[in-house]
Amino acid sequence: MAENAKPRLAIFKLASCDGCQLQLLNLEDELLDIADQVEICYFPEATSQDLDGPYDVALVEGSVTTETDLQRLREIRRNSQTLITLGACANAGGIQALRNTADVEEYTRAIYANPSYIHTLAQSTPVAAHVTVDFAISGCPISRRQLLDVLTALLIGRAPELPRYSVCVECKRSGTVCVLVSAGVACLGPITQAGCGALCPSFHRGCFGCYGPMESANPDSLCQNLMARGVSRAETLRLLNGFAGGSEEFRSAAEKLEKAPL
Amino acid sequence: MAGSPTPRVSATVIFPKPTLQQVLDNLRASGFRLIGPTVRDGSVILGTLEKISELPIGRLLDQKAGNSRLLPTHSADYFACTVGPDSWKRYLFPARSDLLTARRNGDGWIFTPASDDSPPFAFIGVKSCDLHAIALQDEVFVNGTIGDPHYAHRRQRVFMLAVNCSTAASTCFCTSMSTGPHVRSGFDLALTELPDSFVMEIGSEAGSNALAGIDWQPASAFDLGRAAQVTQRTERLIQRQVTTSDLPQLLYERIDHPYWDTIAERCLSCANCTLVCPTCFCSTVEDHSDLNGNRTTRTRVWDSCFILDFSHVHGGNSRPTIKSRFRQWMTHKLGAWIDQFGRSGCVGCGRCIAWCPVGIDITEELNRLRTAGAR
Amino acid sequence: MSQVTMVEPVTMMDPMLPRPAVVRAIRPEAYGISTFSLEYTDPDAPLGFAAGQFNMICLPGFGEVAISICSDPGTPRVMEHTIRYAGSVTRAIGRLKIGDVVGLRGPYGNPWPMQLAEGKDLMIVAGGIGLAPLRPVILETLHHRDRFGRVLVLYGGRTPQDLLYTGEFENWQDGGIEMFVSVDRADETWKGQVGVIPMAFYRTRLDHRRTLVFSCGPEIMLRFVIYEAMARRIPKEAIYVSMERNMKCAIGFCGHCQLGPVFICKQGPVFRFSAIEPFFGREEF
Repeated sequence: MAENAKPRLAIFKLASCDGCQLQLLNLEDELLDIADQVEICYFPEATSQDLDGPYDVALVEGSVTTETDLQRLREIRRNSQTLITLGACANAGGIQALRNTADVEEYTRAIYANPSYIHTLAQSTPVAAHVTVDFAISGCPISRRQLLDVLTALLIGRAPELPRYSVCVECKRSGTVCVLVSAGVACLGPITQAGCGALCPSFHRGCFGCYGPMESANPDSLCQNLMARGVSRAETLRLLNGFAGGSEEFRSAAEKLEKAPL
Repeated sequence: MAGSPTPRVSATVIFPKPTLQQVLDNLRASGFRLIGPTVRDGSVILGTLEKISELPIGRLLDQKAGNSRLLPTHSADYFACTVGPDSWKRYLFPARSDLLTARRNGDGWIFTPASDDSPPFAFIGVKSCDLHAIALQDEVFVNGTIGDPHYAHRRQRVFMLAVNCSTAASTCFCTSMSTGPHVRSGFDLALTELPDSFVMEIGSEAGSNALAGIDWQPASAFDLGRAAQVTQRTERLIQRQVTTSDLPQLLYERIDHPYWDTIAERCLSCANCTLVCPTCFCSTVEDHSDLNGNRTTRTRVWDSCFILDFSHVHGGNSRPTIKSRFRQWMTHKLGAWIDQFGRSGCVGCGRCIAWCPVGIDITEELNRLRTAGAR
Repeated sequence: MSQVTMVEPVTMMDPMLPRPAVVRAIRPEAYGISTFSLEYTDPDAPLGFAAGQFNMICLPGFGEVAISICSDPGTPRVMEHTIRYAGSVTRAIGRLKIGDVVGLRGPYGNPWPMQLAEGKDLMIVAGGIGLAPLRPVILETLHHRDRFGRVLVLYGGRTPQDLLYTGEFENWQDGGIEMFVSVDRADETWKGQVGVIPMAFYRTRLDHRRTLVFSCGPEIMLRFVIYEAMARRIPKEAIYVSMERNMKCAIGFCGHCQLGPVFICKQGPVFRFSAIEPFFGREEF
């Protein structure tokens, strides 16, 4: 970042629900401080300001699903010193990556009255499939605490770091009882990266993996275990193919599971 | 002997079960926060108590590898639940605790130790395995040459109301580790649950004082006999057996054994085993600063040898694979701990077995390694 | 209240609490490596360290790192630390200027057994930045040259640019230290020896009955140093190595630095080789 001058920040959106950038606005206690420390050049959800690049930091949410977005993304990369992706869509293609294993034309015909207006790519792909990503913040949506950690790191000149361990670590630290062991609820926590504060298990729900795979994730072992507990193969596949289904680890585990004899 | 003088230390008394409430009231009146087993989220956790009715009365935990289910029973026992996912370390060595703050002061820094305003805790219903676990953590944090004031501050003020186990889960193996089920020392009060009354051994002056004004009777030879039968029966209920006579050598000799490859296929490296373990003490520190970096809080957080970054070294990682992390855990817990502290790091509570999502059983794995043959 | 003997918390110094220390000097040593001279701002801070011990240096917001003290134990007020900019803390330290303040606590760890070396020949073998924890040994032997027999320094780096303290080598030699310096890859400026440092053993003659080996460097280098020393009938008990692991507390609480039964922060970083032999060099251990 340039000396003296405030770092220039821009927030962009590709195919996504806006939930991730909304987390920046949700940083109610810190938002004014952030606005004080950086120059917000582009953030349509919050301001009509539209300043040209180059940017010190670009936050990008959403996956690439159209040719236009692909061109925009390349433009953003050219204009940004540090590019940080926000959330499951940008990191793994998001829920819209479900189309990657289906026929997109069939979908458009079924849904739109006039499918000829729809210009879309066959696949929903993560940002990193097209441009270099400097750092990825996981989640659906991302955690505003993690977003703040990353912004703080950049502002004080430290390489951002986020935990790569399992959601289980957060359950145990916070004292949330394991839903898998105590109630047999199907949970991807043991193979999913922490960061959400184990939100779903704290409401007696299984983790559905929106933060994507933890480092050294072992989905094969967990899937076998879930099915031994009576979770159906279809349900196990549905979990794996969900929010981070586009990730290499979850996708290859799902493929293996599909091929495995019943 | 109503309103009788307090019993002398090492005496054993008996009183009706509901009278336990008065003991709790006495402790609360002395400023203790009561922590004990209570039902939450479909299991039994260690939480704040006020009334004996908050104990998991008439419940038990049916525990197997990878499973722990809270079930109703026909009895109205207060302490029939075996250990749940929490251990007392949650209160003595909290999952997150602030160590210090650093404030920028001109060109310099002011470092201020974090204060801990936690009240003294009275632990209600500590099982023998967990008493031994606390003693092991004492060795780590306070009995060395350098003490940890954060741990000592909490530990030193604890009132320990221990319980002789009246039930055992299939995951229990304290008898193999010589840590239970009979409470021997390290308590202020130790109770044994009979169908209608509690037999209470007084372990300290503080324990004696906690019985002030309570309508107790000296335990008769008959009462003592009934109490002894409770732990004897529990001892017989413990099926799981672990051989420890060849430790730590077995583990040291088999560091490079191909057995460890087989565990890597099943282990998730999720760290649950280490976090539910009442003796695991590893931690890391996190710095959190404000946006301009002028104020930083340094926090100590539970860490685990199953977490990749735990073994980060310059230029790489000393335990990049699941295999090497599992080996570190088991070799330390069952082996190296003996060299470090003179005792096994395992107290046989069975938590790691029950709370492993994929049901990896450390006792079974030790046997597998043993029977896999030398290589 | 329970029957546990325990230190009174009120009298217990918080061992994790750093004290402010000011950067007195910064001396570039090699590419991405500088030596930082640090002095506690509190004149009453306890002073004194032994050769081979380390300090924990912190920058709030970045974290803490274990760094060997590389200066003369005889002048403990200003302590020198040679730091390679490798992680986020050390990179941030690399941006400091003279007069800036860091947090410092220490010294920690088991030092080199200087007394055992008295009256003996001392062979110091170091690779790269591994010379830093051995420099206090060299400086101490220079002060008390008469207490030691031969003092040899075998020092190697990957390239000439990776060598530390090169400006001092002449002084060391003048003080009666036998220097053997080599690099793995030479460039046109290099006039000295080329080859990995354990090869320097072949250029020295040792009396195995009276030689102590002190060594620090990458684990692969240590392995060969130990091999070469033992091949010359130097007993395992006379070989000392300094080990490195991730550390968060430096006082045996955090568990990070365990190597089998030892805590590198407490029983190490300097070990008699025979004490750690069963665990040394084991893959991913």
